[in-house]
Amino acid sequence: MSGWWIAFGVVAVIVIIIFLVYLSSTAGRLDHLHKRIDTSRLSLDVHLLRRSAVTLEIASSGFLDPATSMLLAEAAHEARLSSDSDEVTRSQAESDLSEALRAVLEPSDVEEIKAGVGGDEMLAELAAACQRVSLSRRFHNDAVRACRELREQAIVRAFRLAGHTPWPLMVEMDDEAPEFHS
Amino acid sequence: MKVGLVCPYAWDIPGGVRSHVSDLAMALRDHGHDVSVLAPAMDPACLPQWVSDGGRPLAIRYNGSVARLSFGVKATQRVRGWIREGDFDVVHVHEPVAPSLSLLTLWAARGPLVATWHSSKDRSRILAAGYVIAQTAMEKVRGRIAVSEEARRTLVGHLGGDAVLIPNGVRVQDFAGTEQLATIATDRPTALFLGRMDEPRKGLDVAIQAWSAVHPSDAHLYVAGPGDVAEHEALVPASLRPRVTFLGTLSDVDKARALRSVDLYLAPQTGGESFGIVLVEAMASGTAILASDLLAFRHVLQEGRSGLLFTTRDSSDLAAKATMLLGNQGLRDELVSAAHERVRDFDWDHVVADVIAVYDSVHTPGERVTEDLRGQIVGRLSRSGDSS
Repeated sequence: MSGWWIAFGVVAVIVIIIFLVYLSSTAGRLDHLHKRIDTSRLSLDVHLLRRSAVTLEIASSGFLDPATSMLLAEAAHEARLSSDSDEVTRSQAESDLSEALRAVLEPSDVEEIKAGVGGDEMLAELAAACQRVSLSRRFHNDAVRACRELREQAIVRAFRLAGHTPWPLMVEMDDEAPEFHS
Repeated sequence: MKVGLVCPYAWDIPGGVRSHVSDLAMALRDHGHDVSVLAPAMDPACLPQWVSDGGRPLAIRYNGSVARLSFGVKATQRVRGWIREGDFDVVHVHEPVAPSLSLLTLWAARGPLVATWHSSKDRSRILAAGYVIAQTAMEKVRGRIAVSEEARRTLVGHLGGDAVLIPNGVRVQDFAGTEQLATIATDRPTALFLGRMDEPRKGLDVAIQAWSAVHPSDAHLYVAGPGDVAEHEALVPASLRPRVTFLGTLSDVDKARALRSVDLYLAPQTGGESFGIVLVEAMASGTAILASDLLAFRHVLQEGRSGLLFTTRDSSDLAAKATMLLGNQGLRDELVSAAHERVRDFDWDHVVADVIAVYDSVHTPGERVTEDLRGQIVGRLSRSGDSS
């Protein structure tokens, strides 16, 4: 009779060990994903800053008429200031900048900037920044989605594997780039 | 930027993924990046200096054909050594679900990792199972790329999430020479079919059926591609035999020469084409194109502006359009010059800019790809094996 109890005990210990290993590896996955979200967010911030910086540069280059320049400069300025604000203000300001760029950079303006000294490079830099903003936002949201999926699993919630890490948020903003071809 | 590329299949065996990796590596080098490739090799002595030996591969029946893959503790050690020595800004693996070096790299590395999915084969259950097994590794991929809309759909549909579409590039300059293939006649109108003869979806039977109705009556059809020549010659009606020549399998160089030598390139595929790289190669060679109106082909040919389209599987429509094209040099020239513009969108030089944008988007300043030893028993073993 006691042989059965020993066998039962051994099986129970093995099950518990397997369960603990599973828990620890899930916690590891979660940790990976949280770090991935942090870096993707950082990378998005870097490209957003580059975009507003090069927009300011174009606005102050004198290639465009004063009204257009003012509009661009203001949108870029707002976007840069918003980097200290909350998420909502931030994505609003960045979306406004995307909209301003699309509204302003008509094919004729593109021609005008290209004609200026160094204008070609500025446009190329702006195009590159816009493309990278939209890519890094997609990659960020993809990481957030993967992390949320894991955090919604019952076992992760039951054992509070996520600890006090806040619920990850996607970045929602208008990042459509203007047409750069003239 | 210091970039590491990982190819899961043997470097010295021709293949789609392998040539993609090698073309990408060359294009990145042309853009001034420092590139190192890790790939399995049958004969390490033949590897160029910028390709690292990932170990001798095993021939395994995988994904419907025999693939040469590397795996196991030894392969893991090589991957780890390569990551340590490389000190890469970004590591970009190809076909990460294939059980080979790519998957091992994702498992053994951490940092800015990018992966490209090539296959659009619908192996959803295996893919999903593989994903669950390899989840910890897959979740480290910061940027996913798919080479075709279909590959993207397969990936997103079964694994969830998102992927950026960056199509295959073509080395346009490789096709743009002037040399011609001597076996192709120059004294009559000529057309070329390229592709596996024994694969019905390549549409060889549609072309042969159409050919007896093509004018002028001396217009000649050349057929090139792998497959049993005698068997397919027998399928050509006797009256048509003098107008059809089988060239057998051509090397890449001869394929380009053949394309340049003919008046018309025929693409009668009936389905299953995810991208239509052959069309791009024909465009780069400066050959007029007549293709079936598959979605992928319509996209590449801009709805018929840079190559004429006929109704898929309709051999009488093919015959009518081929007759029109062979009799009208002006129309052919017009298509060729439109194609000449269009093909730039598919040049590696252009495509690689999008790949670099992905690298920039996953890389934060100063970051490096490093070894990941967390929770990996085999990883620790191979690490301690190295130091002994």
